[in-house]
Amino acid sequence: MVEEIGTTTEGDLIINVGPQHPATHGVLHLVITLNGETIKKIEPHLGYIHRSIEKMCESLTYRQFIYVTSRMDYLSAHINNHACALCVEKGMQIEVPARAEVIRVLMDELTRIASHELWWGAMAMDLGAFTPFFHAFREREAINEIMEETCGARLTMNYMVPGGVMQDLHPDFQRKVKEFIILFKRKIDEYDELVTGNIIFQNRMKGIGYISPEDAIAYGCSGPVLRGSGVSCDVRKIYPYGIYGQLNFEEVLETAGDSFARYMIRIREMKQSIRIIEQLIDNIPEGDFVAKTKAVLKLPKGEFYTRVETARGEFGVYIVSEGGTTPYRIKFRSPGFSNLSALDHMARGSKLGDLVAMMGTLDLVIPDIDR
Amino acid sequence: MENDVLKNIITVLLPNAVYEEEGEWLNVNVEPADWLSFAKQLRNNDVLHLDQLFCLTCIDWKTHLTVVYHLSSTTYHHNIVVKVKLDKSKPEIETVSQIWPTAEFHEREVYEMFGVKFLNHPDLRLLILPDGWEGKNPMLKDFEDPINMIKL
Repeated sequence: MVEEIGTTTEGDLIINVGPQHPATHGVLHLVITLNGETIKKIEPHLGYIHRSIEKMCESLTYRQFIYVTSRMDYLSAHINNHACALCVEKGMQIEVPARAEVIRVLMDELTRIASHELWWGAMAMDLGAFTPFFHAFREREAINEIMEETCGARLTMNYMVPGGVMQDLHPDFQRKVKEFIILFKRKIDEYDELVTGNIIFQNRMKGIGYISPEDAIAYGCSGPVLRGSGVSCDVRKIYPYGIYGQLNFEEVLETAGDSFARYMIRIREMKQSIRIIEQLIDNIPEGDFVAKTKAVLKLPKGEFYTRVETARGEFGVYIVSEGGTTPYRIKFRSPGFSNLSALDHMARGSKLGDLVAMMGTLDLVIPDIDR
Repeated sequence: MENDVLKNIITVLLPNAVYEEEGEWLNVNVEPADWLSFAKQLRNNDVLHLDQLFCLTCIDWKTHLTVVYHLSSTTYHHNIVVKVKLDKSKPEIETVSQIWPTAEFHEREVYEMFGVKFLNHPDLRLLILPDGWEGKNPMLKDFEDPINMIKL
């Protein structure tokens, strides 16, 4: 008897994964309807760490609200900050100095590598391999040290402000980044040997969690999830912001649409990030690191939207201003929220054991979803 | 595609649309009754092909609510913003989750945060707020929570 996927009938088993399951990478709760081992339906339950950041932003000034966005997607804090700073700059029409633009892109790309490193380690751990986690954290530590010196924080950095960056680079920055590039180029090949080519790993990823390009677009997926289905969607290429339009890098695309494609996207994307950093690290222009702005910013009446490419996909900031010092309404379009909505569609008909591979390659960060 | 070209195409599809052009993207104001058929046309029109609903949100203007849809085309890379003004005493609008499935989650969020009822939504439940949440919708401007809200 063929049972219809997506409906609950008598005899189905309903299990809960999370809210604290290690494979959910945070406080995500999935209610899964199973027929035997086959997934019939997944209902994500969110909100365990909802802090109503958007509401909070309504009482914060345009300088202050940027800080809370680091607490959303803490793994790509810089890129979130960049989006907010860009949105305020768009409203105020602030010119950003060339030095700040270069520093911002360097920080964004280092963040992207750090985020993908953590994902890679955690992903391999989800599938039962523990060693990659240590490898990934060792390399990520080098980035964290660079961040700590310049930004004073290792995770929730608040470095980008409207008009530029908060302070100048640490004197050791260039040397340390160059050391990191040499280290990373050697290690990324090791990653491929350790995990990518492993037959057990490949069997657990290939053909798992397939999503077609049309469905991925319809579910609002972005970033590596959408590009894994072969849809060109890199915001850095399509709607360039900052100095991305002048840089030389490829948009990474895979066409298989399965977990392995999404895995390969992130591995290849790290190499592109290194390429961007290499182009810029010796050419940081001299000059101001921040434009002169007023202490309290007032955005003109209107609506402003900016989108950037974070490690997880497209992050959007929508500011509705009534002309005051605080925003009237702010909406954060977080990539994880839309990517998660595709999980049910991806997982229907698969085996429960494959769910961790699917969740792993979605690269969910829960505060980003809950906000 | 330029905003005025988009505007010409949209005027043919929906003659009574009202435009705002101060922003970066073309803003189209639509009546709630027109929205569902207009949404289908936006999605299926070969020239527009707005297949990605990348942001769906709501604004509380105290006198009324505005649901805002940000749409873009993954093929042609143009964007438009559609705004639908709703009556605050009875905010109701047709769901677009069958056109853009991503709306299913976004609409549930707007439902719990603003109290907008999405008609014919397949599963209109609370998404982020705890089960059994009673009282007002937290994102409305007149929401007060004396215990948990910190005034800055």
